Formats: sequence, structure tokens, C-alpha cells
Amino acid sequence: MSDVRPTLVGVPVGLPVTRPRRDALLPALHEAHDAAGWLAPEVLDAIADRLGLGRAEVFGVASSYASFAFTPRSRRLRRVCTDVMCTAAGAVPPGADEPGVVASPCLGRCEQAPAVLDTEGGRAVVPVAPAPVPQPVSARTLLRRVGVVDPASLDDYRAHGGCAALAHAGRIGPAAVRAAITASGLTGRGGAAFPAGRKWEAVAAASGAPKYVVANADESEPGTFKDRVVLEHDPFAVVEAMTVAGYAVGAEVGYLYVRDEYPEAIARLEHAIAAAETAGLLGPDVAGLGVAFRIEVRRGAGAYVCGEETALFASIEGFRGEPRTKPPYPVDAGLFGRPTLVHNVETLANVLRILDPDGAAPETKLFSVSGAVDRPGCYEVPMGTTLAALLDLAGGVPVGRRLQAVLLGGAAGTFVPPGEIDVPLTVEATRAIGATVGSGAVFVCDDTTDLAAAVLGIATFFREESCGQCVPCRVGTVRQEEALHRLVHGRPLGSVAEEVQRLRDVGAAMRDASICGLGQFAWNAVEGAIDRFGVFGERS
Amino acid sequence: MTDGAGNPAPAPGATVTVTVDGRTVEVPDGATVLDACTAAGVDTPTLCFGDTITARNVCRICVVDVAGSRALVPSCSRRAEPGMEIGTDTPRVRHARRMVLELLASSVDLSLTDHVEEWSIRYGADPDRFGPDAATVAQPVKVDNDCFVRDYSRCILCYQCTDACGEQWQHTFAIAIAGRGFGATVSTEHDVTLPDSACVYCGNCIEVCPTDALMFRTEFDLRTMGAWAPERQTRTDTICAFCGVGCTLTLHVQRGATDDEGDRIVKVTSPHGSSVTGGNLCIKGRFGAGHVHS
Repeated sequence: MSDVRPTLVGVPVGLPVTRPRRDALLPALHEAHDAAGWLAPEVLDAIADRLGLGRAEVFGVASSYASFAFTPRSRRLRRVCTDVMCTAAGAVPPGADEPGVVASPCLGRCEQAPAVLDTEGGRAVVPVAPAPVPQPVSARTLLRRVGVVDPASLDDYRAHGGCAALAHAGRIGPAAVRAAITASGLTGRGGAAFPAGRKWEAVAAASGAPKYVVANADESEPGTFKDRVVLEHDPFAVVEAMTVAGYAVGAEVGYLYVRDEYPEAIARLEHAIAAAETAGLLGPDVAGLGVAFRIEVRRGAGAYVCGEETALFASIEGFRGEPRTKPPYPVDAGLFGRPTLVHNVETLANVLRILDPDGAAPETKLFSVSGAVDRPGCYEVPMGTTLAALLDLAGGVPVGRRLQAVLLGGAAGTFVPPGEIDVPLTVEATRAIGATVGSGAVFVCDDTTDLAAAVLGIATFFREESCGQCVPCRVGTVRQEEALHRLVHGRPLGSVAEEVQRLRDVGAAMRDASICGLGQFAWNAVEGAIDRFGVFGERS
Repeated sequence: MTDGAGNPAPAPGATVTVTVDGRTVEVPDGATVLDACTAAGVDTPTLCFGDTITARNVCRICVVDVAGSRALVPSCSRRAEPGMEIGTDTPRVRHARRMVLELLASSVDLSLTDHVEEWSIRYGADPDRFGPDAATVAQPVKVDNDCFVRDYSRCILCYQCTDACGEQWQHTFAIAIAGRGFGATVSTEHDVTLPDSACVYCGNCIEVCPTDALMFRTEFDLRTMGAWAPERQTRTDTICAFCGVGCTLTLHVQRGATDDEGDRIVKVTSPHGSSVTGGNLCIKGRFGAGHVHS
């Protein structure tokens, strides 16, 4: 019954372990891996001994991340994206005879499909690609500086409206900042669309210190790259927005958790943070406001599940990236068990829009458009724009082809039929047609796209990315992939109807009983493809 | 003040009133939904839940329907809240429980796990429906020391052994969950043998294992020989004589099959409610009974 029970040594059971610097584990693993290209057993043991952690624990944490190799591998690495979007664009998995070439889940470069990423010691070895933003500057708000400013120059950032929101926040004070966020009606852009203002007020009201601000830049939903565009091309904006948030909720430390597949973004953010510290915009007295705030960049290590906020906390803390049960919610007990404000990058970008001293520009939404369109890229459109209008902006499907479906919301999203693309891209309107905006991923399939293969690819993705913690997801994603594999290859176990029923049974259990969104949404796209597209000849 | 899960500390003496399948029950503040179900006389299946380890709610067989909650709720770890309407036998609950049983039984050897047969009948679980080629965690038994064996083909990943070895009891950290997804497993560092690991052979992991994946070497050898005979076993409580702590030991003694074959201590446990041990022992108490037979 009780969760708190004295142990033999008098320590309450289940309290977060407060060994010195457990949270140094993931950075230490990266440092060692960058240096050697792989993690040798004696290296892992040395890290464990140094940090005062069990060797089994360190092995357990390291082996939960796909980025790390445990057999000798070169420091120079080519990652080949084999996710749904790039496979549809002709990507082929590397063979075993290609040293230094590995298959990767979505690299977040879907506009370049089929995408590759070359790194050496974890750092990118080719220049950052130009921002994939086809719209003119006049049509953008959140993206107005992208491709315009020098992302390495704080002066240039300031010259283009940067730091104005922070100055405005300082003038009106923390309570008025929170009130402005609440009044704006801003909702989280990570997929859940929770009212941001309620989080800000809850963290500000929570008792005790320290409190934290966490920027979730672990953008891993297949088909999504909008946050990468902001991180790479307007890094000071992310730093400024986090600082405003810290000021408004009373947090002195921010963590910026960026996925490992975005090395250029990490480099530019680290540079931006250093420049902001030098300029006094971060540190013991932020911009003369009399409050302290600092930001640490944390690099993910190849785990989609770490985009789930509680798994992200666990990852920062040096534990395996496994989601935690909610409640308690992050605003009460988040990172290190402390009150935490966690936001997606796009949500943070909106903070600057809302606190613009010249008045907030109208609300917009970012979309990552990939697949069968003339101009794939990151688009910013007024809230409520229809999917059809967005597709038109992107040039529509190429001449001579026919629209077959749009995968909206990534692997955790659902396929939208051509007859429903007039749907406004809002949470409510998409929900009404059984779809979701989710992360804003828009993958366009024309009549040459093999939907059944795409569905199988999605199932493989979820099986590979399941953390393994809960039974419905750990085993359910395996059974789902097995059944789809049989169906795609025309060898159903029993009749096709029986196989589809098996999928429905597993899917319902994953949706109802998994711990986190990964398992809960792992059957969404499959279900839609079966019910609305009859991919296996079975329509319900 | 919060507990390990971040919940506020319960108010002493206060109670919470909830309904379970329409029946009103009152439980102490801080009680779980599972406690409320039990108080209402409802038998709830549990697999990963143990009475000496903080609930991890990973097996998901104890899920219930709570009004207002989109997903089902793990009863073992969720606090009962005032006015909660709990459904334990709704179609969604029955389906989820059936599927957890089917998913586990089709991938893990549950032949030594208590209640599985009974629950499979209750929820209509048919693990064979995934076909003969369904992936399993079958693997050879790890026999690398004289104290106990590890048969991870029986492991449901309840996390209890790693928690018992780690921060909740022993603080040895010899084992942890490694890998991920379906490939996740309980492992020493780099899968070294137990003698090469930090293991101190307290056997507290065996005590909490719900599926007999962890088993005394004596039991394993007797089972292998076909000589394991629970019907000839008795349990006797005594106090460990090795040191002054005074741990309660429960000696599991198997009577000989014939008059010529002597009685034998086949395993040693400790009562989970013992104020001295909380169910835990050290290597001497757990495995040091051999001298009795010499």
C-alpha cells in the first residue's frame, strides 16, 4: 500500500538516487564514444567506477541507446535513413559489408530524401544544408529569421528583432509574462496540445527550488524536421525563449535536449549559449534583471522514446530512457523530481511571438512536408489552414501523378484519404475526421507509393523504438510487425480476416494499456490503413 | 514531502472513498487502487507487483478502467483519489488482461508462474493464436555458480530483481535491465558470469522473482533429476545462527522419497513481513545451510 517504506539503511524506498553526478553518465558515454567510435567493455567499466555507479547499470543504460556501438567501429560514420519517407524515396539499407555505414531511423532531413548524415566523432563533417524553407520571408513569423540571420552572430540576431521579447518580459515582470502566455491560448506543439499557460502557472506556483525549464528538441517523429530548421538557423531564439520561460516560472537552470541526429544544431546551440553568456544574457544576472539562468545542452543517443517528456527526464538524469507513470506530472515532479516546465521547440518559438513588444503576430503552425510534392520543406501557415492549401503551397503532387494518401502526424499519426484533405489543420478539426496534427509531419503519398510497405515500415519502427518496459508495447509491437509481415507477403496465418482481427486485438491492448504514447499510438497508422484504405483487402 | 513516485505524503488517519464496480469502499489515504479493489472483495491479477518492492506497473495485467481517464490505469501504483469510479471488469479491462496474458505466454515460459492457468481461463487467453513462428525469449539457462541459476526464458521483465539488487534493498547493483524493446533483458555488465560480476549471492533477487526464472541451484538440480517434490516439503522457521542480527529463516525441507534417503534443506527464505529482514537475507543465511547435512 504505502510507497514509502524504510529500508534497512533508513532511506525511503524509491527516492531518486542522489549519487554524485549520475546525470554525467550520458555525456560521459558520448565523450568516450566520440573519441573511439565505439564503447569497449573496459571503457564502460571505467566510466562506472569513476561515477560511482554499478557496472551493470552503466551497461544497461548504454545498451538502451541505438547511437552507441559495442564492437569496434570507425569514428567516421555514414548514417543512411531507412525510415518510411526515405524508403519511399528509394533508400536502401546498407549491407553488412559496408564498414562505417549504418541504417538509421528518421534523420529529420525528409526534404532531402533519401537522406544521409556523415559524422566523425559525433560531429557533422559536411556543411549545414540551406534551410528548407520555400516561403518568402514576408509570409513567415516563427521562421522570419531563418536563412536571413547569421546563426553564429548575436549582433545579427539582435538586429533582426532578437532579445526584444526578453527585454519586454523584464519590463512587465514574471506574473505578467505568464498572464500573456495564458491569455494567448498557446497550446503545446509537441503533439498533445496542452495549454501552455497552465503549465507556466503551475510551475511558478509549485513550492520549493530548484525548478527547471526543459526544451524538448528530441524531434524524432518520422517525417518531422521543423524544429531542426529553428535549431540550426535561429539558435538564439531557442536560448532567448528558454530564458524568458525561466524568468517567468522562477527556474534558474534550463536543459536543452537535442537528438543525436542533429549535430549541426548542437554545435550552433552551444555556440549561441556561449555567446549569450559572454553578453550577460545568461549567467548569474540575466540581462540586468537580477535573476540567474543558465542552459545546458544534452545530446540524445538515438531513442525515439526519449521525446516522451518523462523518458527525456530519465535520460538527462542518467537512467535508461524509460517513460514514467503520470501522475505525478512534470509541473509537480519532473526533472530530478522537481517542478519542471517542458516544451517543444516550436512552442518555445511561439513565446517570442507572443511577447513581441510590437504586439503578437497572428498564430501560425509549422509543418514538415515531405514525399510526393514538388517543393518539400518546412512551411509556416496561419492556424486553421487546410491540408489542401498546405499541399498547394508545396506545389502539389508532381504532374502525372495522383494523390493516394497523406500520412499526417508521422508514424504515430494516421493516413488521410484524398477526399478529406479539406480538413483545417487544427487539433479539433483533425480529431473530427479521426486524424491528428501530432508533430506536424505531412508525408504525401502518390499513386506510386506502396502503402502496405509503408505500414510495415511504421510497424518495424515502433518495434525497434519500444523501450521494452511494458508488456503491451514490448511484445505487442513484435506481434503487430509479425502479422503485417505475413500479410504483406501474402502468407496470412489463417484467413486475412483472422490476421486483421489479431492486429485489432493487439492494437487495442497497446492503445489502452501501454505506459506511454509510443505504445498507445503504435497501432494508429496501421488501423487507419486497414479501415480507410483497405490495404489488405479488408475494410470494416 | 513526497514519496518516491512524487505523490504527496498521505495524511495519517484520513480516508478516501471510491467506488469499485459500483460498490462504495473506504480506504486509508495513500492506498492504491489495487488496495481499494481488494477492499471491495475484487480479485485483481498481478504479475510484476511484489509485496517488498515499490510497484513498477510494467506488466499491465492489473489495469482498471477509471472514469475520466483515456487509457487504462495500473491499479498497483495509482493512488486512490476521492470519488474515483473504478471498473475492474469492463470489456476494455478484460481485453487488456487477456492480451497481456496472450502476449506474455506466447513469448515467455510461464509454466512455473502462479495463477496463469486460472487467469487464462477467466479472461479467455489463447497464446497459441500467434502461430508457431511467434518470436520468443527462449534461451539457454545460465548455470554459472553453485548458489542459483538464471533462466531468462522465464523472465517477464518485472524489474523486481534489479530493484532488489539495487537501490531498494541490496545496493549491490550487480544486475540491470540491458538492451531495449523485445531484446531487453536482465543482465550483468557485458553479460559476464555472476562470479565475474558484483553479485554477492544474497539471493534477494530469487526471493522477489514471480516466475521462477531465478531458482536455487538445489531446486534446479532436483527438478532436472525429476526429484523435486513439493508434496514432501515442509517449512520451518528458525533464527539464523551465523551472526548477531537474528534474521528469521524459513527452511524448506524436502523429506526423502524413501526411509533410506534423508531429509534435505532445499531452499531458504525469510518471511516478507519480518521486521528484521523484510524478506531479505545474506549469502550465509540464504545458501549457508549445507553444514547441516555434513
